[in-house]
Amino acid sequence: MTDNSIILPVIAHLFTAVLLIFFWRKVRIQQAVSVAGNILILGFSIGLFIKTWRAGYLTMQAGDWQAPFGITFVSDVFSSTMILLAGIAGLAVSIYSTVGISRHRIQYGYFPIFHFLLLGLNGAFLTGDIFNLYVWFEVIIISSFVLMTLGGRKPQVEGAIKYVTLNLLASVMFLTAVAILYGLTGSLNMADLSLKMAKIENRGLVNITGLLFFLGFGIKSAVFPLYFWLPSSYHTPPSAIAAVFGGLLTKVGVYALLRVFTLIFIPDEFTATMFTIVATATLLTGAFGAFIKRNIRKLFSYLIVCHIGFLIGGLGMHTSEALAGTVFYLIHDIIVKTNIFLAAGIMYKISGTTNMDKLGGLYADYPKLSLLVAVVLFSMVGIPPLSGFWPKIWLFDAAFSTDTWYLLIAMIIASFITLFVIARLWSDAFWKTRPVQEVPPTDDFSAMSWYRRSLLVTPVLVLAAVSLYIGFGAEHIARLSERIATDLKDTAPYIKAVLGREIVNF
Amino acid sequence: MELLLIILIGVLYATGIFMMLRRSMVKLLIGLILLGNGANMLIFVLGGITTGKPPIIGESEKILSGIYADPIPQSLILTAIVISFGLQAFAIVLLKRVYVLIETDDLNDLTTPETDI
Repeated sequence: MTDNSIILPVIAHLFTAVLLIFFWRKVRIQQAVSVAGNILILGFSIGLFIKTWRAGYLTMQAGDWQAPFGITFVSDVFSSTMILLAGIAGLAVSIYSTVGISRHRIQYGYFPIFHFLLLGLNGAFLTGDIFNLYVWFEVIIISSFVLMTLGGRKPQVEGAIKYVTLNLLASVMFLTAVAILYGLTGSLNMADLSLKMAKIENRGLVNITGLLFFLGFGIKSAVFPLYFWLPSSYHTPPSAIAAVFGGLLTKVGVYALLRVFTLIFIPDEFTATMFTIVATATLLTGAFGAFIKRNIRKLFSYLIVCHIGFLIGGLGMHTSEALAGTVFYLIHDIIVKTNIFLAAGIMYKISGTTNMDKLGGLYADYPKLSLLVAVVLFSMVGIPPLSGFWPKIWLFDAAFSTDTWYLLIAMIIASFITLFVIARLWSDAFWKTRPVQEVPPTDDFSAMSWYRRSLLVTPVLVLAAVSLYIGFGAEHIARLSERIATDLKDTAPYIKAVLGREIVNF
Repeated sequence: MELLLIILIGVLYATGIFMMLRRSMVKLLIGLILLGNGANMLIFVLGGITTGKPPIIGESEKILSGIYADPIPQSLILTAIVISFGLQAFAIVLLKRVYVLIETDDLNDLTTPETDI
């Protein structure tokens, strides 16, 4: 069904970003406009989600150039769910940024760039054209480069060099893959490619192209052995920026992988085995990396890498159950990863450090806040009935039924290590008495007015409520994930919705 | 002509990767630029090369007939060039900034993020 309003979340971000540029130096107006814009966009996203849930597939042909010749935007349940999650995370980070981002950074254009980043994310979720996806990825990375270096502190720019280099390399790999794909099929529309790729007889060339895509998206989503840029750059920018990076940027790579490897390249045995082996290595290296880190934000960076392994593993197993588990995990992970970085930001504001050796006594000083952070942390671990638990059941079960025992073992080890590092973090930062230091750190948090403190805590509270809903209302999310998994497995309705005709001889 | 271009693409990718693996920041940048150009050339070659057949419909005709140059790869390259231009400009400024801050061209000295703050 054609519906031009699906582009609204993208247009609204563009509009907000441009509007913000007019208030370049006016910090208060920028904060208000950004939050208001994000509330509006969250409304659009909810509307889009409800409409897509009812209709199944909504398409928009840019300039009324019919597919496969023009650029197509497609909203299926998967993309509209991702846009909804980006809307929730965007609003939370935007509210947090009003206090969490310094005046200095806001005056150098933090908010416009933040909206350009979300614009790119929403565009990438909606597009049905592979070259257009490349363009959205570029929008995302150029915005993230600016956000990462904004402020220009020494560790920031040094971390940014690794981040920029690896992301540029990933873009070149992606572009190479798109070029070969165009040479093979003469098409760029993803639905059309799906039909044409199935007919190509030289499967070796198809696999190589698929692997180039995996390389490009793999660098962006930080899988083993391509993740090294992540732990050396994600802890350098301010918490609000790290939150949106950790929650959404690596996940857009996973989204692209899920899209490309269910629609264009159906994994054969070799590719599927490679995915599960890469996932195993990602799970183990991420977990062991988190094991030895004493800095909270570095620890969280390694946990991002570790938990990407669950998603890639689910993609590698490629059964309906595994895909449903992957989608469920993705939904849970976006909310929780955004939230832990925001929580780490509050802990930094209180103690002036993110080093576990110097932290302590938070539970005695802030019991209510500590309980809130506990909910966030233990949701990530997946202690039942919190949100991380349910998708893992599916993924474990899928690993049993597909006999990928090495992935199963890695998932269990990774879950245990996550539990261990989070428990250790809890006892070190919250229960232990604060170690005596020569210069006692200043508590920026309690020095703030009640209003500013609540602006910091509310986003964490809201996101924690969402992840509690994912945990306790798991049957709703399960139904959603199962529907998405069915859509991903059976691509014929997607192709029909885009190309607008019955598929002959498929 | 194709063979020549294909060899050129191979050389561009190879030198690009090689330069990226060096320790100097300037060489890293040159590597990135070469890689980007290699990818653009690849799109050009994979679109199919035809001589002297522009995709223009003659006055007496309704549709294109015969072999003609595919305009899509050229528009893709144009987009990719503009994007890589912007990204490279950013990368140059970033490297300049890092050079001012740490006063060395050696990538091995970028160790501040690894130490605990």
